[in-house]
Amino acid sequence: MFLLNSIFQDPERFDQLVSIAQSSLLPMVKGAIKYTIPLTIITFVLGLILAILTALARISSSKILNTIARIYVSIIRGTPLLVQLFIIFYGLPNLGFTIDPFPSAIIGFSLNVGAYASEIIRAAILSIPKGQWEAGYSIGMNRTQTLKRIIFPQAVRVSIPPLSNTFISLVKDTSLASLVLVSEMFRKAQEIASTNYEFLLLYSEVAILYWIICTVLSIIQGRIESRLDRYVSK
Amino acid sequence: MISIKNLHKSFGDLEVLKGIDLEVELGKVIVIIGPSGSGKTTLLRCLNLLEIPSSGAIEIDDHLMNFNGKEIPQKKIVSFRSLTGMVFQNYNLFPHKTALENVMEGPVIVKGIPKKQAKEKAIQLLNKVGLADKIDDYPFQLSGGQQQRVGIARAMGIEPKVMLFDEPTSALDPELVGDVLQVMKDLAEEGMTMVVVTHEMRFAKEVADEIVFIDHGEIVEKGTPNEIFTHPQHERTRRFLEQIHPLSNNNEH
Repeated sequence: MFLLNSIFQDPERFDQLVSIAQSSLLPMVKGAIKYTIPLTIITFVLGLILAILTALARISSSKILNTIARIYVSIIRGTPLLVQLFIIFYGLPNLGFTIDPFPSAIIGFSLNVGAYASEIIRAAILSIPKGQWEAGYSIGMNRTQTLKRIIFPQAVRVSIPPLSNTFISLVKDTSLASLVLVSEMFRKAQEIASTNYEFLLLYSEVAILYWIICTVLSIIQGRIESRLDRYVSK
Repeated sequence: MISIKNLHKSFGDLEVLKGIDLEVELGKVIVIIGPSGSGKTTLLRCLNLLEIPSSGAIEIDDHLMNFNGKEIPQKKIVSFRSLTGMVFQNYNLFPHKTALENVMEGPVIVKGIPKKQAKEKAIQLLNKVGLADKIDDYPFQLSGGQQQRVGIARAMGIEPKVMLFDEPTSALDPELVGDVLQVMKDLAEEGMTMVVVTHEMRFAKEVADEIVFIDHGEIVEKGTPNEIFTHPQHERTRRFLEQIHPLSNNNEH
């Protein structure tokens, strides 16, 4: 309300805010293009690979693999992402491993996505009826062939909506990377705000930018889903 | 030839098969009947190792499998399994593949047959089950009866020595049963060795060379359709036939 009042009482103030918003847009978008978006994409790809391996370990008959996967998922899901990032970036140097901000963030987020998405993929694989495995076996396929050719393609379809959720959460979670000194979009907003104290304006502006990215992603998700739904009756 | 010797199967404490002995000659059609829970489906599933028997032996076409509770290597299971083609009660078609792809999958992926050749053969098979115009349809676009016929074509695609049918018409609407049974009759006439678990007594009468009645995990009696349907020797057989089909002792032809 104060902001609105001051705008209405003072046209000069309004112009000033517009000009700050305009001039801060470019650095923020740059932060998004240079860090937020690459961080999200690289992390998601690495996280997915990790998730698939973890899910396979969880459904395998090997007790050792199963236990390793369980412990990994339990640790990641049971501790805050921010703490994990701090351990990697601020903690590991005590052991002599110093990792730059961006790689630190990639490691931290990938481990995080890997754990959460592995549960999604595991559940999707388990949701495919037993009859599909048996049908694969009945035409002479072994376990690996059946998993790869029959079960996995169907599981992918099931897992797209929850994986999209993970992806969209990830876009927003990358703002935590600002705390391990990655100059991504939110950190840019913080930096600019700390010079002119227009916190409400700049944080609102960065919120809108996040919202735009997430909305675009939701639209892409819808397209992928309808493409994968071609073999399902509607 | 199929030879089953003293086959046992237990699930935990529950003994589902209590020593089955059965011989099936090449080119014959065997129909297994029995009350639900009698073990007939389990017996069929043991024949292609979807269930691993607890003890006993199965021989199909000179390939012998002995069971003694030890784990059998996957390779051995897979190669023994490809001697038989399985048709499931719920079809179990691959929903993400077209009718044609369902039939091609086994030959291409398992047998390594070139795609072009596999496609020609798959089209032939689908033609044979009366679905020449449906080859590019996905399972959800097909009726239950059509899906089951794709299921039969898919099982035939791996060129099995024996075809196994697990209540192939039980999930179908009555008006769709006929087409599926007709395809099975055609197969029988071509000399395919078939083991069929079914409640279609009429099919059993017309097509079976031998009827096997199973109850409580044991073969109670077996014989020609005429022997079983008109002169059952055992009280249990008689009672089952009366329950399933009050008219089954009358001649319906």
